[in-house]
Amino acid sequence: MSEPVFDLTIIWAGIIAFGVIMYVLMDGFDLGLGVLFPFAPSEDARDVMMNSVAPVWDGNETWLILGGAGLLAAFPLVYAVFLPALYIGVFLLLAGLIFRGIAFEFRFKARTSKYLWNWSFAIGSTVAAFAQGAVVGAYIQGFNVENMAYVGGAFDWLTPFTVLTGLGLVAGYALLGATWLIMKSEGSIQDWAFKITPWLLIAVLVVFGVISVWTPFVDPFVAERWFSSISYIWAFPVLTLLCAIWLVRSLHQRRDGSPFVATMGMFIFTYLGLLASKFPYVVPPDYTLWDAASAHESQLFLLLGLLFVIPIVLVYTAWTYWVFRGKVKAGVGYH
Amino acid sequence: MDLDPLLLSRIQFAFVVSFHAIFPVFTIGLASFIAFLEGLSWYTRNPVWERLSRFWIQVFAVVFGMGVVSGIVMAFQFGTNWSAFSYAGANFLGPILSYEVVTAFFLEAAFLGVLLFGRGKVPQGVHFMSAIMVAVGTFISSFWILSANSWMQTPGGYELRDGLVHVTSWFDAIFNASLAPRFFHMALASFLTGAFVVAGVSAWYLLKKKDAEIHKRAFSMSLWLILIIAPAQVVVGDIHGLNTFEHQPMKVAAMEGVWETQRGAPLLLFAIPDQEAQTNHFEIGIPRLASYILTHDWDGEVPGLNEVPQDEQPPVAIVFWSFRIMVGIGILMVLFALAGLILRRKGAYATTPWFLQGMRFMAITPFIAVLAGWFVTEVGRAPWLIYGVMTHAEGLTPSLTGGMALFTLIGYVAVYTVVFAAGLYYLMRVLRVGLPPEHEMTTADQNQRAKRPLSGASASWEEEPQQ
Repeated sequence: MSEPVFDLTIIWAGIIAFGVIMYVLMDGFDLGLGVLFPFAPSEDARDVMMNSVAPVWDGNETWLILGGAGLLAAFPLVYAVFLPALYIGVFLLLAGLIFRGIAFEFRFKARTSKYLWNWSFAIGSTVAAFAQGAVVGAYIQGFNVENMAYVGGAFDWLTPFTVLTGLGLVAGYALLGATWLIMKSEGSIQDWAFKITPWLLIAVLVVFGVISVWTPFVDPFVAERWFSSISYIWAFPVLTLLCAIWLVRSLHQRRDGSPFVATMGMFIFTYLGLLASKFPYVVPPDYTLWDAASAHESQLFLLLGLLFVIPIVLVYTAWTYWVFRGKVKAGVGYH
Repeated sequence: MDLDPLLLSRIQFAFVVSFHAIFPVFTIGLASFIAFLEGLSWYTRNPVWERLSRFWIQVFAVVFGMGVVSGIVMAFQFGTNWSAFSYAGANFLGPILSYEVVTAFFLEAAFLGVLLFGRGKVPQGVHFMSAIMVAVGTFISSFWILSANSWMQTPGGYELRDGLVHVTSWFDAIFNASLAPRFFHMALASFLTGAFVVAGVSAWYLLKKKDAEIHKRAFSMSLWLILIIAPAQVVVGDIHGLNTFEHQPMKVAAMEGVWETQRGAPLLLFAIPDQEAQTNHFEIGIPRLASYILTHDWDGEVPGLNEVPQDEQPPVAIVFWSFRIMVGIGILMVLFALAGLILRRKGAYATTPWFLQGMRFMAITPFIAVLAGWFVTEVGRAPWLIYGVMTHAEGLTPSLTGGMALFTLIGYVAVYTVVFAAGLYYLMRVLRVGLPPEHEMTTADQNQRAKRPLSGASASWEEEPQQ
């Protein structure tokens, strides 16, 4: 493998890693609201929940498409192994996203058929969250790859471990959704969010804890990295726990914004811990970032364009936000 | 029965992409129409144009939303079912698809928000500009995706190293041999689709005598557009066909039903191609015309399907008949355009019932023609996925089984049926409600709406209680 003068692969890894966590945080809370939807105390609460994320959710779909296309451009091996290996899971994810997507649009226009769109939103969100969690689990497990192609079976990804990571992300997103609601609502709806958040936190800590203990047994490479010597990597779980403590304190003080920020912190440090455990393997157990990378000239061609285009995108996106500045009124969203 | 993952994947891809394609092909044309209406409104200050524009923006919002939802699947489909193809072609296709997202999708998304909800919040000139930006975005998007598709038809600017595509010239790869005719053919098809739908819906309102004076303007405008574009499409389609004849002669052989290389090939109007026997049954044709169209010489030589082994021939019957459906609809469009011109002399185009009924039914035909055209070009490329480089079988995901492919095929059909039924039902509601009232929507009204595509439409899901 001839090394180019400067290593774009690391830059691209940074871009994709950043994109993934941005997607997880931004889509996480609105998927989480979908998970919580059936348990909401009233139809009014559901209106508020949906209205609070309505303006932002569909931007996330564009980021998801960019994620798919960007992965194909920068790390085609990841694209060409993950998608076949997770074939059934990817279908469930997309079907879930479609149903919750159209529920957003049609629920506001419906009256007697509203309950149908409620279920569409709730089930679609939960399935999508579970599927994303299972992807994380499958990544930790690794893939059966020969000659740069996936050769395993249709359900290799579906193991007790990935079911647990799937449930973990459902709980995690629900926690993000609940703390988002604390920030965005008031009165009885906020009270409800305050009430359920501690239980969700307990669920998340238990599931994340089990996953953390289980992971070294699933992947000896991870075990080696964590236990061969005490390293910086232990900072990540410590920081995650500190965020959890911060969350508990802010709930006690009934803060509006801090619970959400603390939950995001938990997500970020867990994510960094995961990346640090696996680096530099992107298609475990055998393939590194550099094995998975596309040709240097392709990475360069896209990167140069992005450096030029993304600032323009940011400028006009910022401009549209400025046009619609100010508060979105509470209340029902259909007329 | 053995389930063939290759066949099932091809059916699934055809289904998903066909379902997706009907939305953008309509919104590309409609976006330009809306930009035009906004321009008229800005220039003339006549409130009629604004009402008309507001109505069509609602329709646009619903259709655009459906396109976005069905488009997500496309971004992942290449990897799930065609991973070997994705991996081999990633060095070119990855950056191209990424450029489509960053140069087009974000542009459309951002300015669509302003177009749908910015009226009254931004100066009218800026609102007009937003309409233009949405229209421009739709064209940028089709440029990139057609570049990727054209490269699969006529690959250029690349070399293969260890079975992987490496781009040697980005210019030659992006502006490959068939991009220009394909792009213009598709752009005109989008305009035709937009124009025929606007004309058909307007004709329906004219028949119902609902806001007839206003819809008559849209009807008239779209008829003028059709009068120019329908004949132009015949010319561009011919150029596209000649381009295909040069680069993919077997596709043209299938389109024309030519089994054996011959001079003075007839233009077949009807035939039942028989792939087994390598011949046609019940041929009806015009002698020597195919040779003349393709080579501009009555005795020109047209290569037949016998030039390649039987397993390298495309499925002839599908290509042959899809091509005839597309051309037949094209001729019908030109005839309606001419009828509109003749009726215009006495101003009868907006009152003649048979013409209005005819235009109403013509609204569906551009979609059929576009899908038929894509079937010609995609099925006609078979067995190649990247022409001359990689076959469908080689591009398939190796780990895919027939059962998996069948599961998702049934799944996508089910999901899309629900989505499409809901979307179509809601679109009908929007059309039933008709033009928005003359007074501006109040700001409070707008504040309750989110910046999302479908929120741009104001019809309710159920019948409104008495107002």
